[in-house]
Amino acid sequence: MAEPLLSLRGVQTNIGRYHILHGVEFDVAEGGLTMLLGRNGAGKTTTLRTIMGMWRAAAGEIRFDGRDITHLATPDIARLGIAYVPESMAIFADLTVQENLVLAARSGPPDQKRLDWIFARFEALKRFWTLPAGHLSGGQKQMLAVARAIIEPRRLLLIDEPTKGLAPAIIANMIDAFRELKDGESTLLVVEQNFAFARQLGDTVAVMDDGRVAHQGSMAAFAADSALQQHLLGLGMDTHQ
Amino acid sequence: MKRDWLPLLLIPALMIGALPLIGSPASWVTLTVAGLAMGLMIFIMASGLTLTFGLMDVLNFGHGAFIAVGAFVAASVMLALAPWMTADSIWLNLAAIGPAVLAAMVVSGVLGLGFERIIVRPVYGQHLKQILVTTGGLIVAEQLLKVIWGPDQITLSRPTALRGAFLFGDVAIEKYRVLAVVVGLVVFAALALTLNRTRLGLLIRAGVENGEMVEALGYRIRRLFVGVFVVGSALAGLGGAMWGLYQETVTAAIGAQVAVLVFIVIIIGGLGSVGGCFVGALLVGLTANYIGFLAPKVALGSNILLMAMVLLWRPQGLYPVAKR
Repeated sequence: MAEPLLSLRGVQTNIGRYHILHGVEFDVAEGGLTMLLGRNGAGKTTTLRTIMGMWRAAAGEIRFDGRDITHLATPDIARLGIAYVPESMAIFADLTVQENLVLAARSGPPDQKRLDWIFARFEALKRFWTLPAGHLSGGQKQMLAVARAIIEPRRLLLIDEPTKGLAPAIIANMIDAFRELKDGESTLLVVEQNFAFARQLGDTVAVMDDGRVAHQGSMAAFAADSALQQHLLGLGMDTHQ
Repeated sequence: MKRDWLPLLLIPALMIGALPLIGSPASWVTLTVAGLAMGLMIFIMASGLTLTFGLMDVLNFGHGAFIAVGAFVAASVMLALAPWMTADSIWLNLAAIGPAVLAAMVVSGVLGLGFERIIVRPVYGQHLKQILVTTGGLIVAEQLLKVIWGPDQITLSRPTALRGAFLFGDVAIEKYRVLAVVVGLVVFAALALTLNRTRLGLLIRAGVENGEMVEALGYRIRRLFVGVFVVGSALAGLGGAMWGLYQETVTAAIGAQVAVLVFIVIIIGGLGSVGGCFVGALLVGLTANYIGFLAPKVALGSNILLMAMVLLWRPQGLYPVAKR
């Protein structure tokens, strides 16, 4: 079996006095889309931030492409080809849409073909190209946050709740974009509350509960097992379907 | 793009509002130029401080040390080149001022580099400790200045070419103040161009908003911060040198005295905003001069009053930075 692109073993993270991750273990296979699911407070966002080095793992090991990245600084992790879209979107509100994307393109001016591909999916970004990003609507900000992560090819995309607050039409565009990305150049690890979205896109799933991964397997098998969904995700998930 | 012009309009509004109160147009022109010169010197000293706060949330109460060191270094060089300072040739005057200002900037910049490494770096993210150790750094620096240059104030004379005033009818405008305005505008233009027209500036502006996300994009924000800290310290040194010549005296307390105005300016402007710092500095300079003429007894408190009024209107300052 091929070595996973990303693997976490026994990862523990503390935030202040609080012990959030209690030995997280899962793999992300190269070229696929892994959904990281779980109830609110299960530790999904903390897991992504720990992978990015924004919060330090107190114990355990994170390997990317065979390399131990547990103790690397965030910029060094990003330079390995990992992009992160936080739940808060963290767009630069005082910078224009153009400036947000220019900044994200580390290797030089954004490639026009790549930009056209992004504009085809997120048309609003072209329309508001010179507008400060702070003036965009919530959905448009989410588009910009995702576009910033994919403005250049990245090996691994870590995306935290990309559909939060989005209109169905935009979610459909996002599904198309993620499908094309995983079929092409990238591997994706996506945190999601919207199970309908997760089921459509995910190849594999890892479900977190109380700071641990309680289940990992194929999305198809998980989607077919309503008892397991009920047990791990609870009734709250129904409200998002 | 929609711009917020209201704070900028405060400057002409203040100028126009002061004219009938002052009465004499000649006095008004003199005071206005004096206010602009004072404001731009404060801006030079404050611009680096507001950026370092914006980038790393660092409250550097020791910024006055760079101002004071700049003033002392420049004074020493100018005193050593006294014959050139008093010569009738403007070129010899410039040959004295140029190295003095350059030395002030270099020494303050190097001091800033050491200050960041030794004093600021260990207390990143800890505001209370930042206030304590940087204030301690300022006190130590002041005492060291007294050890090196002695406890007495140094009297400076402006070079011959910058003494006196330009006369336009009844209006007298001090030559040195014109120079201060020109240098201040050049520094503002250079900063504005760097921030708005270069990739480095883009990084700084993004870092001021959300340094963590800039790091997640693959940029090392701490290196950027050190660079900005050093440039900010060098600018403080330049401002200190200019302030020393403006006052024509230099004392070890010069940094702490001016730092009060510097902090008022960056708070009025909005912490992290260079544009806000520019507008805030001009408002402070103009207010100090107008009130000093109209009601000298309340001149000392006028800038605190200005700050209070601005914060009542805009609690985050004139141009608040969109922080994460």
